[in-house]
Amino acid sequence: MDFSLTAEHEMVQKMVRDFAQREVAPTIKVWDRKQDMAPHILPRMGKLGILGVCFPVRYGGQGMDFVSLGLVCEELEAVDTTLRVVMSVHTGLAGLTILQWGTNEQKKRFLEPLARGDLIGCGAFTEPGAGSDISAIQATGKRDGDQYILNGEKMWISLATKADIAIVTVRTIPDAAKPSRSLSTFVVDLHSPGVTTGDIHGKLGVRAGSTGWISLQDVRVPVENRIGEQGEGFKVTMSALDSGRYTVAAGATGLIRASLKASVDYANERRAFGEPIAKHQLIQAKIARMAQDYEIARLLYLKAGWLKNQGVRNTRETSMAKRFATAASFTAASEAIQVHGAYGYSDEYDVERFMRNARGALIYEGSNEIQILIQADYALGHRRDKPLRCEMPVYDPIDWQEA
Amino acid sequence: MANKIFAYIDHFGGQVLPASWEAVGVARSLADQLGSGVTAVVLGHEVEGIANQSIEYGADQVLLGDDPELKDYRPELFAGTLSHLAAEAEVLILPTTSRTRELAGMVAVDLETGMAPDVISFEIDGDAILATRPIYAGKLLTKVVCREKRPQIITLRTRAFPKPEPESDRSGEVVRVEVVIGEVVTEVTGYKPSEAGVSLTDAAIIVSGGRGVSNNPKLTPPNEITDEKEQEIWRAQQGFALVRDLAETLGAAMGASRAAVDAGYIPYALQVGQTGKVVSPDLYVACGISGAIQHLAGMRTSKMIVAINRDSEAPIFKLARFGVAGDLFDIVPALTRALKERLGK
Amino acid sequence: MNIVVCVKQTPDTAATVSVEDGVVSWGDSPLVLNPWDEYAVEEALRIREAHSGQVTALSLGPEAAMEALKLALAMGCEQAILINDPALEDADPLVVSKVLAAAIKKIGEVDLVLFGRGSVDNDTGITGPQVARRLNWPVLSLVADITSLDPEGRTIAVERMIDEGRQLVRGSLPAVVSVVKGINEPRYPSFMGIRKASRAEMPIWSTADIGLDEVPTPAMTWPEIFAPLKVETECEMIEGETPEEVAARLADRLIEEKVI
Repeated sequence: MDFSLTAEHEMVQKMVRDFAQREVAPTIKVWDRKQDMAPHILPRMGKLGILGVCFPVRYGGQGMDFVSLGLVCEELEAVDTTLRVVMSVHTGLAGLTILQWGTNEQKKRFLEPLARGDLIGCGAFTEPGAGSDISAIQATGKRDGDQYILNGEKMWISLATKADIAIVTVRTIPDAAKPSRSLSTFVVDLHSPGVTTGDIHGKLGVRAGSTGWISLQDVRVPVENRIGEQGEGFKVTMSALDSGRYTVAAGATGLIRASLKASVDYANERRAFGEPIAKHQLIQAKIARMAQDYEIARLLYLKAGWLKNQGVRNTRETSMAKRFATAASFTAASEAIQVHGAYGYSDEYDVERFMRNARGALIYEGSNEIQILIQADYALGHRRDKPLRCEMPVYDPIDWQEA
Repeated sequence: MANKIFAYIDHFGGQVLPASWEAVGVARSLADQLGSGVTAVVLGHEVEGIANQSIEYGADQVLLGDDPELKDYRPELFAGTLSHLAAEAEVLILPTTSRTRELAGMVAVDLETGMAPDVISFEIDGDAILATRPIYAGKLLTKVVCREKRPQIITLRTRAFPKPEPESDRSGEVVRVEVVIGEVVTEVTGYKPSEAGVSLTDAAIIVSGGRGVSNNPKLTPPNEITDEKEQEIWRAQQGFALVRDLAETLGAAMGASRAAVDAGYIPYALQVGQTGKVVSPDLYVACGISGAIQHLAGMRTSKMIVAINRDSEAPIFKLARFGVAGDLFDIVPALTRALKERLGK
Repeated sequence: MNIVVCVKQTPDTAATVSVEDGVVSWGDSPLVLNPWDEYAVEEALRIREAHSGQVTALSLGPEAAMEALKLALAMGCEQAILINDPALEDADPLVVSKVLAAAIKKIGEVDLVLFGRGSVDNDTGITGPQVARRLNWPVLSLVADITSLDPEGRTIAVERMIDEGRQLVRGSLPAVVSVVKGINEPRYPSFMGIRKASRAEMPIWSTADIGLDEVPTPAMTWPEIFAPLKVETECEMIEGETPEEVAARLADRLIEEKVI
């Protein structure tokens, strides 16, 4: 068993780390205070190929593997969660869903521009009245000839006002025997007539990002934009979440690392009772916990990434990685504030932002409670995954890196 | 020739760099310890006055290479002549400047000998100089020595050694020498003045501004400036104007930290730090500079450091002799006024 | 144009460096491509983009230095060569310059050699000029801008950063150029570059490979490496009710200490 990262992985990590440190870190606090997203972030991530890091080259991507995607997310979130959210919704919910479930024609039309960053994508499943209970969504899609007419409201959608397209799940079979069989997923052009979007402010964290709502009023969507068959929307959405959830797990791991680094640096500098507080055992305990949680979170997401590379179903492992890393990141950030004392409570340091950012991840992309239920189902043998009609392609460096 | 301790006199625009006299001072003290004499080397065009000055500062003999071809510094020409002259030397001492570092290196190749740049102190071990120089941006020091080969070549860090007082009644001999021209493949086509005023490395007092200088929340940019980045630059210019005022009042050079340079407020020529200039003034006033390792690497050998920063926990206070934890936008202009009063300006 | 860029692997500048029994260590800090060399690699790539040709990254160092060379490849250099030989363990600048010059000769038909202005570890800043001297090529050091380059006409013009401002120099090719920060903004390695670099075959040359039957004896030795004495400074914090009071007190103290 080889636990080491390849030279390629290490170079990917360093490149993204340098980008985030040089181009985002210096001004992130300003944008966080403004509750707005810096306009250069999406174009830069697009231009540098980060948005398409894990798509085959022939679809406009960079041909790297799922482990690389995880490493990229870890590095991005170590600077700020909003950078990783971009990967979660654009690369994860939108891009990887099309890679898995899209037709060749859809991959050409949508995945290629997404991979290059020419189009920005997001995932729109959650509604004002439905989060964990996807089957209860109210948005509808009515078939009309070679189009569907979509109506409804999606809320808490990252990049709602910045994206060009959204992966939207709606109810298309109103009287289906099983509610979960009544859903279908579409690529919606957010510039279409009938689409309005808006920003949501006042969030506790992820303030330097873009979270909003999408309203659909008689939006006409061609049938060619339907991802998967009619009625497959639930499965498509669950696949989307397997992708997005993985990026959240990897990102939260980066947040643990950032909290750990901030705490170590501060503890070595700050003196109390005649010595650096790094010598005080209660401070040491916090730091030791963070260090261990970082290792655990990292191993969990890297294994999930490895399973994705093999083409092996990884819902369970991704769920464990997400639940563990997000909970641990909130604890780590909160403890980092404690290590910093009063300074931790001020936005002059980064740790209060880490904590506010960390809190959201326990809620979104499948709440941690849902993750626990998923894991219980697996552990108790209540859940057996049947093969999907469309599985995520196995990672093959030669195939994926061929132009 | 008994005067085997050589000192190279670096000059520009007719002015000798003060560090050259420090080299002569070191040569003098070495010559006295080793029982030899000091030979100064002056290369250039119409530099006879500099040759005479060298004697006042301590040279027993000056080898003067005065030739129109040497009007502008060109490494191949200067190295050719200097190697020829210094072949007989025991020791060759140069200041460390943008010319002399490479010059010394090239002479070392010509004479197949060793060279230690940026020396801050040394001891004599027999007839060898055990020179101490900083490495890893001054985080460590190393003693280096050239046991066998001669001459031993060292360049001195500016202001690390005392500058001797000139004595107008010192006597010595100026010897005109042939300049080795050879094939000339480079041509100097002009100069541009420095964006820094007083040279940072020579300055006795430096006032530096960091990123903290640029974000005075009480300032509102004029309405015409709508672009965010331009507003930032405007704020920075206002802030650095305060730093400049203080520098001018003190007759000091102005410097900046890397953060200020990278953000585009200040030209790179003013950057103090590991990837900028290394300075060693008598007084270094750090305004809105937190004290990142890379910056400290550039100024930690300052004799006295004064730090003005909002954050009393900033690392710079660990090196400072005097500190003010406060709003530099109030403190710096107040300090300028207080100094003007006291200095009668 | 056939361009060689000489690079070195060094500890990260943020590393805490310490020494014990003459051995320097930097803890867990990663080894990186010498920051000054990044500017040199970037400049080499820009020249190649403007004039076509190829860029070879060259380094003298331990096997670990291959990581730094890989980064140069990932940024876009066509090939990278490591010179590694146990006989070079105690190499001083005199030896290093001889080895690099011989390697450049072996690469053959080189038009331009680029260096960073110095390395952040030993920081002698003389390798470029010494290599130029060995090759008997003109050296243009501390270059802040290459203002013109004519590969056919064999000319190059630069602006050098000197203490007194800038010196404008014209020279002939082949030449050795060392660059300073600010000459360009080094690019990130592209993902494609990273993929190519991780698969690249990197030749490792010994002194025999570059035609040096005898490694010259170093002229310099370094008998001691030590940490500087920690100067304990007591910082006197100047306080007051108003900025005026603080300023007055500070001004008085500075005058008392005779620094003004």
